[in-house]
Amino acid sequence: MSTTSPTRGARAASGTADYLDQRTGVGTAVKEFARKIFPDHWSFLLGEIALYSFVVLLISGVFLTMFFVPSMGETHYHGPWAAMDGVEMSQAFASTLRLSFEVRGGLLMRQIHHWAALLFMASIVTHMMRVFFTGAFRKPREVNWVVGFVLMILGLAAGFSGYSLPDDVLSGNGLRITDGVVKAIPIIGSYMSFFLFGGEFPGTDIIPRLFTVHILLVPGLILALIGLHLFFVVLHKHTQYPGPGRTDKNVVGYPLFPVYTAKAGGFFFIVFGVIALMAATMTINPVWNYGPYDPSPVSAGAQPDWYMLFLEGALRLMPGQTEYVIGGYTLSLNVLIPAMVVPGILFVAIAAYPFIEAAVTKDKREHHVLDRPRNAPFRTAFGVAFLTAFVVLVLAGSNDLIATQFKMSLNDITWAFRVLLFVGPAFAFWVTKRICLSLQRKDRELVLHGHETGRIVRFAHGEYIEVHRPLDEYEQWLLVSYDSPRPLEIEPAEDSRGVRRKGYRLDRFKQRVSRIFFEDRVEPVTPAELAAAHSHGEHDALTGPESANAQVTSEVGSRPAAETEIDGRNH
Amino acid sequence: MSTQQNPGHGDEVVAHEGSAPVTHFQNPGLPPHKPRQGDLHPSAAKRAERQVVILFTISIIGTIGAVVAWALVPPGDTPSSMRLSNFLIGFGLFLSLMGIGTAAVHWAKALMNDHEKVEMRHPQRSSDENRAAAVEVLKEGAADSGIGRRGVLKGAAVTSLALFPLAIAVPLIGDIGGNWDVSQLKHTIWRKGVKLTTDPAGRPIKAADVTIGSVFHVIPENLEEVPAEDRLNQKAKAVVLLVRLDPKDLKESEERKGWSYDGIVAYSKICTHVGCPVALYEQQTHHLLCPCHQSTFDVADGAKVVFGPAKRALPQLPIEVDDEGYLVAQSDFLEPVGPSFWERLK
Amino acid sequence: MKALAARRHHRHAPVVLLLLALLATGALYAVLAPTSADAADSAASANDIEAGDKLFQANCATCHGPTGEGSGSAPSLIGVGAASVDFQVGTGRMPMAISGPQAEAKPAQFNAEQTAQLAAYVASLGAGPGIPVAEQVDPSKGDAANGMALFRTNCAMCHNAVGAGGALSEGKYAPSLLETTNTHIYEAMATGPQSMPVFSDANLTSEEKRDIIAYIDAQREPSPGGINLGSLGPVSEGLWVWVVGMGLLIGAAVWIGAKSS
Repeated sequence: MSTTSPTRGARAASGTADYLDQRTGVGTAVKEFARKIFPDHWSFLLGEIALYSFVVLLISGVFLTMFFVPSMGETHYHGPWAAMDGVEMSQAFASTLRLSFEVRGGLLMRQIHHWAALLFMASIVTHMMRVFFTGAFRKPREVNWVVGFVLMILGLAAGFSGYSLPDDVLSGNGLRITDGVVKAIPIIGSYMSFFLFGGEFPGTDIIPRLFTVHILLVPGLILALIGLHLFFVVLHKHTQYPGPGRTDKNVVGYPLFPVYTAKAGGFFFIVFGVIALMAATMTINPVWNYGPYDPSPVSAGAQPDWYMLFLEGALRLMPGQTEYVIGGYTLSLNVLIPAMVVPGILFVAIAAYPFIEAAVTKDKREHHVLDRPRNAPFRTAFGVAFLTAFVVLVLAGSNDLIATQFKMSLNDITWAFRVLLFVGPAFAFWVTKRICLSLQRKDRELVLHGHETGRIVRFAHGEYIEVHRPLDEYEQWLLVSYDSPRPLEIEPAEDSRGVRRKGYRLDRFKQRVSRIFFEDRVEPVTPAELAAAHSHGEHDALTGPESANAQVTSEVGSRPAAETEIDGRNH
Repeated sequence: MSTQQNPGHGDEVVAHEGSAPVTHFQNPGLPPHKPRQGDLHPSAAKRAERQVVILFTISIIGTIGAVVAWALVPPGDTPSSMRLSNFLIGFGLFLSLMGIGTAAVHWAKALMNDHEKVEMRHPQRSSDENRAAAVEVLKEGAADSGIGRRGVLKGAAVTSLALFPLAIAVPLIGDIGGNWDVSQLKHTIWRKGVKLTTDPAGRPIKAADVTIGSVFHVIPENLEEVPAEDRLNQKAKAVVLLVRLDPKDLKESEERKGWSYDGIVAYSKICTHVGCPVALYEQQTHHLLCPCHQSTFDVADGAKVVFGPAKRALPQLPIEVDDEGYLVAQSDFLEPVGPSFWERLK
Repeated sequence: MKALAARRHHRHAPVVLLLLALLATGALYAVLAPTSADAADSAASANDIEAGDKLFQANCATCHGPTGEGSGSAPSLIGVGAASVDFQVGTGRMPMAISGPQAEAKPAQFNAEQTAQLAAYVASLGAGPGIPVAEQVDPSKGDAANGMALFRTNCAMCHNAVGAGGALSEGKYAPSLLETTNTHIYEAMATGPQSMPVFSDANLTSEEKRDIIAYIDAQREPSPGGINLGSLGPVSEGLWVWVVGMGLLIGAAVWIGAKSS
C-alpha cells in the first residue's frame, strides 16, 4: 500500500506520531535520543553480548516454563528414552526429559537456554575486564560499576538456581554441597539448611522454591538493574578510547539512529545466531545421562558450571586440618574459608576497587577518555593478578579432569595449585607491571625517534644512519595524551620548629599506599623532550636547515617534529 | 556538531592544576575522514547493497527451513533421530538469525553515513543555583511537615515502618524450615538388627557373599517402609559402603574391635566435608576417594582422612551377622553422619 | 606464494584463520574419533592348558612365579579365573611395561588363541570366574534402564556418568569404557582388576551385569544434543563456551567495530 502511494503512508505515519506525541510528548525524547552519539569500538560490544544473551534467556526460558513441571512429586517415566524407561523420578526430571525428547524444538530451546546462561556469565566477566582495565569505572561511573557488580552476582544466582531445576544427580550433588557449606556456618548453620530446604535435605520443597527464585525473583531484579545500568550509560554518555579529537568534554562516534540501531540490533541477531548454532550442534547438560536425583550415586567429573568452578576449586584446595572443636561446638574453617571467606575477599575486592583507587589517587575529575591499560601499570597488574588467582581456582576445580587428560597425579596437581594460588598472582603482578612499563617506554621511544624505515643512509664522512620517519600528529597524540600521577608527597613529620605535627602517621600511610600505585612510572613525552630529541639529531640532517629547530623548547605548544625528515639516529 | 571540524583544537587541551602549557601536547583534533570504496564508486555501493539483500534472503530461507524441519522431522525414538531434529531446527534458526544480523551490520558499515559525529558532554554535577534551589525546596518541605519540631511523631513513624515487615517475615520464617527440628540431623534409620541390603535392588547381603576386594553400596532394609516423601531424606543419611578386607590388613581401634565381621567393615558413604557420596574405592590401596573434592579416606585404618579438605573420619556402622548369615546393623551410627555443623557433638 | 603472503596481511585473515582452525579441529576429531572394535571370542580346550603353561613360564612367571603363586611385586593368580586372564591379557594390560598400580591398556601382546591358552592354564591353577558366553554380554538382552540405576550407583563415581573415565588418587585413573568390548567389561566387573573392586554375582548378578553392559552400549550412540564434548560435564562445556561462543562473538564484535574499507 505504502509503496504504491508513499504520500498516504507518510500521512499515516505522521498521524500516528502526532497522536502519540499529543499524549506522551514523545517528540522531545526522539529529538533528544535518536541521534545520540555512541563511540565505536569492538570492546564496547562485550556488554551487549551479556544484554543479548539475557534476552535470549528470557525468550528460551518462557518456552521452557510452558513444559517444565517444578515438582519433586514422584512419578515413573515412560517415553522414548529407553535408559530411563520405568525409572522412578521427580516430576521435574520427567518433564525435563519430556520437553527434551518429545517437544519438537524443546531440546534445542533447553540447549539454547543453557548455552546462553554460560555465555551470559562469560560476557559479563569479559565486559567487567574491559571496564576494569580501561579505567572506565572512574568518576562519574563508580555507582554504575557497583550496579554491574550486583548484576554479576545476580547472574551467579540465576545460573545456580536454574542449574539445579532438572533435579538430576549432578545438580543434586551441587545442592548437597551447598547444604554442607550452609551447615558449616557457625551457630545458625543447621537452621539455615532447614530454611533452604524446608526441613532436612533434600526434602520436597527445594525445586519449587528454586523455580520461583529462578523465573521471578532473580530475573526481575536483573531486569530492573539492567534498566538502571543502561540509564546510567545514557546519562553519562559512553566512554571513549583516547585518540585525536577525543577529550573528556566530548564524545565522538556514530548516531544511535540509524547506525547504532543497525549495528547493535544486528549484533543481537548475531549473538542469538551463535547461541542457536551451538545449541544445534553441541550437547550441553545431558541430564538424561546423569539420571534423576538420588542421594547415593555420584559421577566422576562432578563439577558445577564454569562460573561456580572457582568455589569448587577453593573447596578442593583447602587442607582439612582446619576444622576445630571449641567447647564442644564444631567450627569448620576447612569449609568456611574456601566457601565464604575466599569469595568474600574476591567479591569485595571487585566491588570496592573504584573507591580504593579514587581514595589513593585523590582524583576528583570526571573521566570519559579511557586509559590504555599500559598507562595504568598498577591497576593493570592488579587486575591480571586477580584474574590469575581466579584462573588457578577454576583449574583447581577441574583438577580431576586435568589429571586424566594430562596423565598427572591428582594429589600432585592439588599441591601445585595450593602453592600457585599464592605464588601465581604475585608473579603475574610483577610480570604485568614490567610489561606495562616496557610498553610505555616503547611508546616514548616511538614518539621521540619515529618509525624505523629500514632506509640506511651513508654520510659523506662515512657514518651510517637509519632514517626514521616521524609520527604524524594523530598517532603521536595517542601516545602522549595520558596522565602519569606521581606518588603522594607529604609534609615532613616535624615542622620548622621541630614540633611533631598531627596526622603525620596517617599521611605516611597514605603515602605508602600511593607509592605502591605510582612509584614505578614512565612519564609521557613532553613537547620539550621531543624538541630536544630533534635537536640532538640535527647534525645528521639531510634535508637542510629547517630541521634545526633547537630553540623549540621555548616554543609553547608548537608541533616541532612535523616537518623533520630525520629526527634521530638508530641508537 | 558538524562532522569535519576539529573539536579538540585550542580550548580542549587537558589542563591540570599548576601544569605549565609546555608540558603537554595539543590535541590535534579528528583526523580527516577517509572515504570508503562505496563512497567513491557507486558500483561498490551497489555491490554492498546486493550483499545485504542476499543476507536477508538467507535469513528468510533459514526461517522456512526451521519450520519445515519442525513439521517434517520429529525427534522420534532414537538418539539419532533426536539429534537430527535438533540439528535441523537449530541450524534453520541459526541461518534465520545470522542472516538478519550480518545483513544489518553490513548495511550499517558499508552503506550508512560513516562520518564520525561529535557531541559535547556536560559535567554530571548540578549547577550551584540548582543545588541551592534543591536545598531550599527540601527545607520548605521539611518545614511544612514539621518533622523537626514533632519528635514523637517522627519516632512513631520510624518505628512503625521498621516493625511492619515482621508481620510478613514472622509467619514466613516460622514455617519455611518445616518443623525446624534440627536434631533429626543426628539420627538415621539404622537400628539394631536392620539388614544391610544392596542399593538400589534391596537384596539382603550374606557375609559369605562379600568376597575380599569387593564393595557393596548399601541401604537399610527398612528404607522401603519410610513414607515416600521422607524416603530420600532418610536415604541421604543412611547410605553405607560395605567393604571386605583381608583381616590382617585391617587396623582397628580397641573400642571398635566388635564393629566389623571377619574383615567386613561398613562406613557411612556421606563425606564429612560437605556431604558428597564418597564412593571411589581403590581395592589395592584400600583408599576411598570423594569425587567432588578429593578427600581420601583409608578404609583399612578407621576411614581416617589421608588427603584433601575433610577433617574427620567417616562414621562407622557397627555390624554383625544374624542367624541366617545376613549382615545386620548393631545399632544406629554412634555419631552424626555427613558434614560438620555447629552443634553436632552436643 | 606471493599472493598468499599478501593475503596474510588482509584484514579478514584472522577470521579466515580462525574458521580454518575450527574446521581442521573438527576434521581431525572426525578422523581420530574412537570407533568400537570387536574382539574374537574363543573357547578353551583341555590341551590348551599345556600350551598355556609354556607361554606362562616364558612371559609371566618372572613376576607371578612359576606356579602363579605371586611375589612381592605381583599378585597370586591362583583362583583369579580365566576371566581375569582374558581381560588382563586381552586388553594388553598384561604383561605390564613397568610394575605399578595402574596397568595401561595397550595393543595385546598375544593373539586370541594364545590368550585362550594362557586363560586355560591359569584357570587350571584354581577355580575362578570364567569367560562369559556371548549371551551373558549381549546388550540387546539387557535392560538399559535397570543398567542405568546400577551403573550410577556402582560405577559412575569412578568411570563417569556415561563411562567416559575419571581420575583416582596418585595418578591412577578409571579408564573410559566406551571402547572396551562387552566381554572385557563383564570380566572386569567379575574380577576387579587393579584398583577396581570386585563385583561378584552376589553383588551384581549375571543379569545385572548384562543390564549394565546394555546401558554402556546405549552410551555409544550419538548424543541427541549434538557433539558430546567428551561427555566430561560442565568443565568442558565451560571451556567450549569460551572458545566457540566468546571466540565467535568477539570476532563478530571486531568486525562490527572495524571501519569498512
